[in-house]
Amino acid sequence: MAQVLQVVINGILLGGIYALLGVGMTMMFGIVKLTNLAHGEFVIIGSYASTLIAQAIGVDPILTLVVTVPLMFLIGMGLQSGLINRVMMIGSEPALLVTFGLSIILADALLLLFSADAQRANVPYNISSIKISAGLSISVLDLIVFCIALVTIIILSLFLKKTYLGRSIRATSDDTEAASLMGVNVKRTYAIAMGIAMATAAIAGLCVAMKWVYYPSSGGSYLLTSFGVVVIGGMGSIPGTLVAGLILGLAQVIGGANYGQLIAYVLMVVFLAVRPQGLFSK
Amino acid sequence: MSEPMLKVEGVQAKYGDFIAVSSATLDVPEKQIVSLIGSNGAGKSTLMDTIAGLHKPSAGKIYFKGEDITGLPAEKIVTKGLALVPQGSRCFVRMTVEDNLIMGSFPKFARKKCAESLERVYELFPVLKEKRNDLSGSLSGGQRQMVAVGRALMTNPEMILFDEISLGLAPTIIKDIYARIKEINKQGTTIVLVEQDTHRAIKTAELVHVMLKGQVVLSGAPKDLGEDEIKKAYFGI
Repeated sequence: MAQVLQVVINGILLGGIYALLGVGMTMMFGIVKLTNLAHGEFVIIGSYASTLIAQAIGVDPILTLVVTVPLMFLIGMGLQSGLINRVMMIGSEPALLVTFGLSIILADALLLLFSADAQRANVPYNISSIKISAGLSISVLDLIVFCIALVTIIILSLFLKKTYLGRSIRATSDDTEAASLMGVNVKRTYAIAMGIAMATAAIAGLCVAMKWVYYPSSGGSYLLTSFGVVVIGGMGSIPGTLVAGLILGLAQVIGGANYGQLIAYVLMVVFLAVRPQGLFSK
Repeated sequence: MSEPMLKVEGVQAKYGDFIAVSSATLDVPEKQIVSLIGSNGAGKSTLMDTIAGLHKPSAGKIYFKGEDITGLPAEKIVTKGLALVPQGSRCFVRMTVEDNLIMGSFPKFARKKCAESLERVYELFPVLKEKRNDLSGSLSGGQRQMVAVGRALMTNPEMILFDEISLGLAPTIIKDIYARIKEINKQGTTIVLVEQDTHRAIKTAELVHVMLKGQVVLSGAPKDLGEDEIKKAYFGI
């Protein structure tokens, strides 16, 4: 019994970081209607930023979010308004290709700057855990990462639900022309959405860096995970992202090192075949 | 006569090489109800989209309250006090009725009056208050039009353009919405009604413009024009 419970707990805790990986992706899908193939690299940039800043000034990596989140938000806004908005005027395929090119450029730039060495953000609570009962314990790091993910997703949903800016983002996702009739500058809204997606990538990057070893080339696998989350949760749905993350996390843990990835991708294929719009999309 | 609130002078609008509006000239005096009628494909909707800033004119000038608004984007034009209720309501279907309405008060100057405007809209359309927490996508066609009208009202407009508001609605609902439009007009908002259903539009309006093949071919008060003349202009015979 304790063993089953342990698997479920581990799966849920892992699901938090998966949801966080997918949330930026789903925003770009749902609002800007853009498939952002560079999302994985954005996450890894977040990982490097947090690791390096934490090392340089000797603070807990979590504190680096104060710098990386606003910074990545601004970079995201600049990227969207300076580059992707222009390409999107030509069509969605060119925009897709641009993000693909961007992902290659970014991965190679990381390789040039930081070499192919494995990196990790070290934290003192790396291996500590809370013992609940015999055979049942919770990793402190996993719990912290899960909380970071959950808080991020809750804040994001509240922002989208309750604020004028959040409503304007949802309205733009429903009908761009009608939104502009309400005084919404659509291109600026796209830039803000990309900024938010980048900011969540910064947070996801921090979690990745604390939890796993990463390389300049790690972006691809995180992109795939984000895709899985978006496919299962439904494009543009934040609650869907959370549920999908948890499902993928559980699949991963139940399957273990051998079958985890397999089960996750089989689930993704099943969802594409049976419910292609995802769990929470209408 | 004082300067009209909206002045459209020789506006041309194209989609690629296709000229939808060749040269449209019309006036809308303040506080009145003005109808723009014309058959399918006459260019009415394109002209409305062009005035509201969704479409860029390729020639001509548009003045609102004496100010040149030609070619301004839609998000700027709404802040001048000119709102469009687009064809087919175009609600934000994945948002609740109330969120749709609150979106109308997105322009900075409208936000302060949000609560007050919301009260006004709910007074005008009590059914929207009942359904305020429902997704607008779950509403009937008539109720969606009400949401679209309410949303436009939330922007605090001095003039509202209604693009074929009666399209696809049952006659009793059309009657009801028209009654509300007259009420909005009495409260001081200038109204432009774009319709294919000419009968009601002519009956309601103080001034009628008839469009044919991308041009305004006849303008005047309904009582001066006579039914025959309007019919001829409408069909181009």
